[in-house]
Amino acid sequence: MDWINAAVQGILLGGLYALFATGLALVFGTMRLVNLAHGDLTVLPAYVALMLVNAFRFNPFYSIPITMVVMFVVGYLLQRGLLNLIVGKGDVAGVIVTFGLSIVIQNALLLAFTANSQGLDAGTVENLSIKVNDRLAIGWLPLIIFLMSLVVITGLQMFLSRTKMGRGFRAISDDTDAARLMGINTKHVWAIAMGVALGIVAIGGVMMGIRTTFDPLLGTQRLIYAFEAVIIGGMGSGWGTLLGGVILGLSQTLGAQAFGSAWSILVGHVVFVAILAFRPQGLLAKTVTT
Amino acid sequence: MNAKAATAETGGRQFSVHVATRTNYMILVFGVLVLIVLAVFPLFGGIPWTRRLVDFFTLLALAQLWNLMLGYAGIISVGQQGLIGMGSYALWFFADVLHINPFISVVFAGVGGAIIALPAAALVFRLKGGYLAIGTWVIAEILRLIVANIKRTGGGSGITIQAATQLGTEVRVPGTYWWGLASAMLSMGVIYFLLRSRTGLALKAMRDNDLAAESSGVNLWRAKLYTYVIAGAGCAVVGAIVAIHLLRVQPAAAFSINWTAYMLFIAVIGGVGTIEGPVIGTIIYFVLRETTSKYGEWYFIILGLLAIVVTVWSPSGIYGYIYRKTSFLLFPLQRKLAYRDEPGRATPVAAESGETPG
Repeated sequence: MDWINAAVQGILLGGLYALFATGLALVFGTMRLVNLAHGDLTVLPAYVALMLVNAFRFNPFYSIPITMVVMFVVGYLLQRGLLNLIVGKGDVAGVIVTFGLSIVIQNALLLAFTANSQGLDAGTVENLSIKVNDRLAIGWLPLIIFLMSLVVITGLQMFLSRTKMGRGFRAISDDTDAARLMGINTKHVWAIAMGVALGIVAIGGVMMGIRTTFDPLLGTQRLIYAFEAVIIGGMGSGWGTLLGGVILGLSQTLGAQAFGSAWSILVGHVVFVAILAFRPQGLLAKTVTT
Repeated sequence: MNAKAATAETGGRQFSVHVATRTNYMILVFGVLVLIVLAVFPLFGGIPWTRRLVDFFTLLALAQLWNLMLGYAGIISVGQQGLIGMGSYALWFFADVLHINPFISVVFAGVGGAIIALPAAALVFRLKGGYLAIGTWVIAEILRLIVANIKRTGGGSGITIQAATQLGTEVRVPGTYWWGLASAMLSMGVIYFLLRSRTGLALKAMRDNDLAAESSGVNLWRAKLYTYVIAGAGCAVVGAIVAIHLLRVQPAAAFSINWTAYMLFIAVIGGVGTIEGPVIGTIIYFVLRETTSKYGEWYFIILGLLAIVVTVWSPSGIYGYIYRKTSFLLFPLQRKLAYRDEPGRATPVAAESGETPG
């Protein structure tokens, strides 16, 4: 029963990883930019929510929509003001600028909030759980986070396939020049894509802040989990990313169950390395991206 | 430095291929003099400055190795801290467990770094560009987590290197200094001679156009692998020197992402793709460190912003900017074609492209 419990926890955790991964994949998909600051940009919304909660004294759940808007604006301005300058200039410029950005955000957060762990207190919901039997209980909060991740990923898939802006994203992804000739303002669309990506990870960032504590140095870990979920699932595949997140979450919780919690994260990495070694295109690869 | 690599006669006109100019030779002589002074520095320089220069040389070596990977093989790594950390722990293993002299253990640590870099390369080279960068980061995290879980080395709180503490300051400080100096000189020497060799031509061809290089018979994968393994060994050597220098290894510090931040920022700000760029970058970094390090986080923020500004507005770095103004290279690697109109005088006709910064 402990194993089933660990598996359920792993799947629920995987939904959150998939949410972080979706933002990373969306930015890579639309502008071929690997954003090394992505992890720090998932930590930032938790601090935005913390400031809002401290200012208005409301439940952190209410801060989610405001934080999403804030992060959308941050993403839009970041893309318009800086990242548009390096899109299409090759991988090197992208890596250096986003790595620089990662170090800047991390140290700015350290400067403003110190290295101490912070938490967002959502009250009683944090302790409520659905009791399946004596030894298996599913926490309401992880369940809510998982369901929200599902809703967001489904919503994003529908946005990409059904709306005009979504089609613009895909057009730019396929052929930037042709899309520009068709009258798409690529700079604006890239900025919207970054805004949407950060809006999405804002949900995950705040939820993670409610579920556990957070500190400015968590960015690296978040970036790596998101990246592993993308690679495990297969690049360019929305549902693959969800699968990748779930496999990563499962590896971590089952690894903790088998070898003790100190090895949990390492087991996740090992599963990632195994998939990279034996199936480098990922499990549900739609397109071969080189 | 072959002043005259080849001479050819074409239609009565003589052409010659040059790499170095006369000014380069004068600077070489000056450089040798500086090197002699640096070599004997610990004998008169005093402990604090000798220790400071150890930091300088180790960072210069790291920046050069990062420069070798990106500037010549197109590998963007943000995971070199993994090999630096393994170098530090390998030093502990060879010096404290196998009881080999710490200064000899440094060599073994380098071999260890190469052995770790080999399978790591096989894995991360499956990824490209930015994703390759994160892949190297994952490898570094895996190495850190493994080491932090080993009880023998004190887990997360680290361990003191007994063999290094037993050396005594009067042996340890000059010893690490000479190792630091040697690592910086070796990293620059490796770049210089590697690039003048056949592999170097392959690397340059690869950097400029990998498809064209591959269709001309360059084995891309092997050239990249050599570079990554050399850089891995170099980083492990630096990690081992740092371990003797600090007397203690700890996973959080030895595998810190700040290592990558230093080497990346120094190489980028100075100028990637030249040997001189990282030298200038390291000097700028040291001036900044000596003046702003008490402001803690601000100092990283300034470095990060500077790297962003340089990448966006002057991708060839500060040295590239100087080069564009003066067309001068301290360590010329570029072959220049000159037309000899009269004995002893040569007029430049053309220069090999791709060597110029930026």
